[in-house]
Amino acid sequence: MNGIAEQPVQAAPPQITRRWDGDALFRTLVVLTGVSVLIALGAIITVMVTGGWKAFSTFGPSFFVTAIWNPVTQHFGAVAPVFGTLASSFLGLVIAVPLAFGTAFWLTSLAPPAVSSVIGMAVQLLAAVPSIIFGMWGFFVLVPVMAHYVQPTARHLFGHVPVLSALVSGAPFGTGLLTAGLVLSVMVVPSITAVMRDVFVSMPTVLRESAYGLGATRWEVMRQVVLPWSRQGVVGGIVLGMGRAMGETMAVTFVIGDSNHIGWSLFAPANTIASLIALEFPESPAGSLKLSSLMALGAILMAISFVTLWISRILLARGEAQAGKRS
Amino acid sequence: MTSSSLSPSLSQPADRPQRSGVQALRRKMVDKLATGMSWLAMLIVVFVLGSILWTLLKNGLPGLTLSLFTHSMGAPGGGGGLANAIVGSLLQTGLSILLGAPAGLLTGIFLAEYGADSKLARTVRFVSDMLLSAPSILIGLFIYMLLVEPFGHFSGFSGAAALSLMAMPIIVRTTEDMLRLVPVSMREAGIALGAAKWRVILFICVRAARGGIMTGVLLAIARVAGETAPLLFTSLGNSEWSLDMRRPMASLPVAIYQYAGSAYQDWMQQAWTGALLVTMGVLIINIVVRVGIRGGRS
Repeated sequence: MNGIAEQPVQAAPPQITRRWDGDALFRTLVVLTGVSVLIALGAIITVMVTGGWKAFSTFGPSFFVTAIWNPVTQHFGAVAPVFGTLASSFLGLVIAVPLAFGTAFWLTSLAPPAVSSVIGMAVQLLAAVPSIIFGMWGFFVLVPVMAHYVQPTARHLFGHVPVLSALVSGAPFGTGLLTAGLVLSVMVVPSITAVMRDVFVSMPTVLRESAYGLGATRWEVMRQVVLPWSRQGVVGGIVLGMGRAMGETMAVTFVIGDSNHIGWSLFAPANTIASLIALEFPESPAGSLKLSSLMALGAILMAISFVTLWISRILLARGEAQAGKRS
Repeated sequence: MTSSSLSPSLSQPADRPQRSGVQALRRKMVDKLATGMSWLAMLIVVFVLGSILWTLLKNGLPGLTLSLFTHSMGAPGGGGGLANAIVGSLLQTGLSILLGAPAGLLTGIFLAEYGADSKLARTVRFVSDMLLSAPSILIGLFIYMLLVEPFGHFSGFSGAAALSLMAMPIIVRTTEDMLRLVPVSMREAGIALGAAKWRVILFICVRAARGGIMTGVLLAIARVAGETAPLLFTSLGNSEWSLDMRRPMASLPVAIYQYAGSAYQDWMQQAWTGALLVTMGVLIINIVVRVGIRGGRS
């Protein structure tokens, strides 16, 4: 730099002689920080896969198809916790989606504006409640209700019906797949409702008003105008809720019952990947095959949740693009 | 919206009066049913969510005593408190924000001001969103392999590191969104005065967006303060008073988890009171943020 300034023959522009280039420095700093985000995710994936490598190489492909989880014989398989994860999230969504849809419909079409904003804010606030609170509520409030009322009633009603009896079999502990599904549904309802309300509100008012002008009822406006218009956003919100449900640890660990068993019964204790990791990790010494199996499960969970997020992103982005085109 | 997707009941003119009367009645009934179901769904949601808050208040309030804040965790029946867990939570959350906020801020600046729509920026944005919704227990496992196993012991530092990894994506998201709201004319004014780009960004754009960026930081605090799963394998928990971040450290959520599963009456009481404290803290931050946003906009 000084070399240029010392040569008076070549008249250099003054800014080149600046000794300290703040712009280049700052630019490098922010780009490096941005890239570090990529490195962080890469590191997480690498650590999970290398951590689970011992399990993958010991059991081979059978790790993905074995339903045995036996620390005594050192035999581990991924099927039972993967089944529990998918089943409990599925149950949670089956319960949560109608509730969230009904609430969003109520908030956007039925409620007086003042009431709607209050209830809407309350529901959004509850999306921020830590998940361990839902777990405690499930354990101390929901589990006794399930054990004393729901399960005996279900057995009384369906216990002798050929197909349904398998669904309700098992001892009335109160914990199990259905309880986990219920707690998960309570946990994801606020966030799904918030997404649905946002996409319903984002629809141009003129469409809604034209339908009302044609004499449509509120339900017909929702069913035939609002829903088709915001379909992708709604599905994106649901998939986002599913991702949250599948990765949830604390809310499920309290109520799932901790058993690596696959069955039809809604009331049978089970395990999800996250709850199994939380429960078994303290008994897994560093370097053991069990710890490696848990890491391998973590890698599977990560793959599942990233695919889910990816799908929801595509759907939500497509919904937004559509909204932009039509408005 | 094309007319073809509307039902015949809407698009057909009512040329047959006797049928349209029946149809109108049917449509009205369907509407009544749907709105009725909607009311029911809303009432169920409000009832369940109210039940959670009510349970929390009913079980948590009786244990809200002074000794809870002055004593560390102790043996069942020994009159312990939650002081070390509260301080541990504050320390780990605070350190995680100190680590995560600058990184999140810089990444947000990169996405809004430098990357824009480049391939690198799109990838960083996508990956940051992935981190945002990554299962928190996996973050805990990751930090365990990275910072706990190599050193041979659990530590408050690793807990804070796990939490910072959860806080950062939230701050990235809000920083980028807020910086994009800063009008171009403000940047142009700064550049016209001869300021370097980094000065324009830091002293004009970030300054203008500081309210929104603070919102993101507060939301990040609210999110990580209640996290349990990432701390189970990193800071582990500690029943004694300790301010040493190099050693295992207590935190409120982990203490709640340990106490709620116990069979002792006073531990259970403290678990509920701890849960009440965490929830109130998180809700108060969220209410402040929302009221702040509303106040700022109007």
